[in-house]
Amino acid sequence: MGTKSLVNIGDYSRDDIYRIIESASGFKQNPDRNLLKGKVCATLFFEPSTRTRLSFETAVSRLRGRIIGFSDSSTSSSTKGESLKDTIMMVSNYADLIIMRHHLEGSARYASEISPVPVINAGDGSNQHPTQTMLDLFTICETQGTLENLTITIVGDLKYGRAVHSLIQGLSHFHPRFNFVAPEELHIPDKYKTFCDNRQIPYREFTEFSPESISSADILYMTRVQKERFTDLMEYEKVKNVYILHNHMLEDSKKNLKVLHPLPRVKEIDQDVDANPKAYYFQQAKNGMYTRQAIICDLMGINTDQKM
Amino acid sequence: MGKELQVAALENGTAIDHIPVDAVFKVVSLLQLQKLNNRITIGNNLKSCKMGSKGIIKVSGKFFREDELNRIALVAPNVNLNIIRNFEVAEKKKVVLPDEIVEIVKCSNPKCITNNEPMKTRFHVTDKEKVELRCHYCEIKIKKEEVVLL
Repeated sequence: MGTKSLVNIGDYSRDDIYRIIESASGFKQNPDRNLLKGKVCATLFFEPSTRTRLSFETAVSRLRGRIIGFSDSSTSSSTKGESLKDTIMMVSNYADLIIMRHHLEGSARYASEISPVPVINAGDGSNQHPTQTMLDLFTICETQGTLENLTITIVGDLKYGRAVHSLIQGLSHFHPRFNFVAPEELHIPDKYKTFCDNRQIPYREFTEFSPESISSADILYMTRVQKERFTDLMEYEKVKNVYILHNHMLEDSKKNLKVLHPLPRVKEIDQDVDANPKAYYFQQAKNGMYTRQAIICDLMGINTDQKM
Repeated sequence: MGKELQVAALENGTAIDHIPVDAVFKVVSLLQLQKLNNRITIGNNLKSCKMGSKGIIKVSGKFFREDELNRIALVAPNVNLNIIRNFEVAEKKKVVLPDEIVEIVKCSNPKCITNNEPMKTRFHVTDKEKVELRCHYCEIKIKKEEVVLL
């Protein structure tokens, strides 16, 4: 319908990414403003995700917007068999913006095509979660002072990790170098290697979480290795303790290194890392709120230079 | 010995020749021939010097739009298309895979919104030579041999 929406990190150009980062950094200085006064934002969570929903809802609340919606599909009409189209058409009668999480892949693209108001994809199955990528990029830029020419080591589930795939895509504008550290069964899909090859982005693959993969990194991006992803449980038992970060492993790391994680964390970062100033995953999660404030205002065409 | 036509000649209409034998009925379906009242001749497993065996479809009194014909490229990219007027070949055409394919192919991802909502499927053709498609919605890639028609 020609309305601006954010469905895929690929919807953002390099300039868009910088614009959002700049705006997010303004919200970090001053997150409580009246920018959404009189606006209604709908959070449609067909699939529960408390962490993401709270981040979005806090982002809206701190800008004095109002929130309607549901936090899981059992409380929506989809359980009565209502189509996604009808739900979107109904909600867009009431709301100025739709923030949607759905278990079906492509649902956000479809919603953005039928909705007369902007749609933000807050995760569509294993496909995309662009605000996660934007908060990752904001955090990387904030901690490194740039997005350019960084070495990013990504550890864990590189096969199914949605956050990982989008991060590769989002960083591709900025001449990154990647170290991919993953067990054999969960290594990075060829599709993303081709993506890097086509853009002359150098990468190395490791099956061991080696000191070398840490010492060269500016960013260490940890992800969860989930048991249910393995077809061979013996294989899982073999690797489950291999991709765990302990504090002592950071001894020879670069000064500027920051450890990030899309959260929730289970065991892959030992709690002894939390006190290390290089651990930045909780600040990263908080940055999600500022990034979402920036994205919401951007999509709604709200001038964030306004005072109050 | 005179060459005997394996399928009767057409006065006016469209003749689609050199269809791979396993694609003939897919072509029928792609062109929605079952919905036409025109006289249609379908031949399959006919002898072909080029292909060994082939299929042929002749539709009398029907001239398809280009976008209709291009649908065939998904299953039979190398067919010969002849537009016949007065028993003569008035025009020869090649089919070309379009950049976008709407409402023809089923997405192979069961978790794709298009398999769960009453809506049109839509694919971007990412490689015309190899026939590779990408779902506009769930972004999954589909190779030629994985293509399932709706």
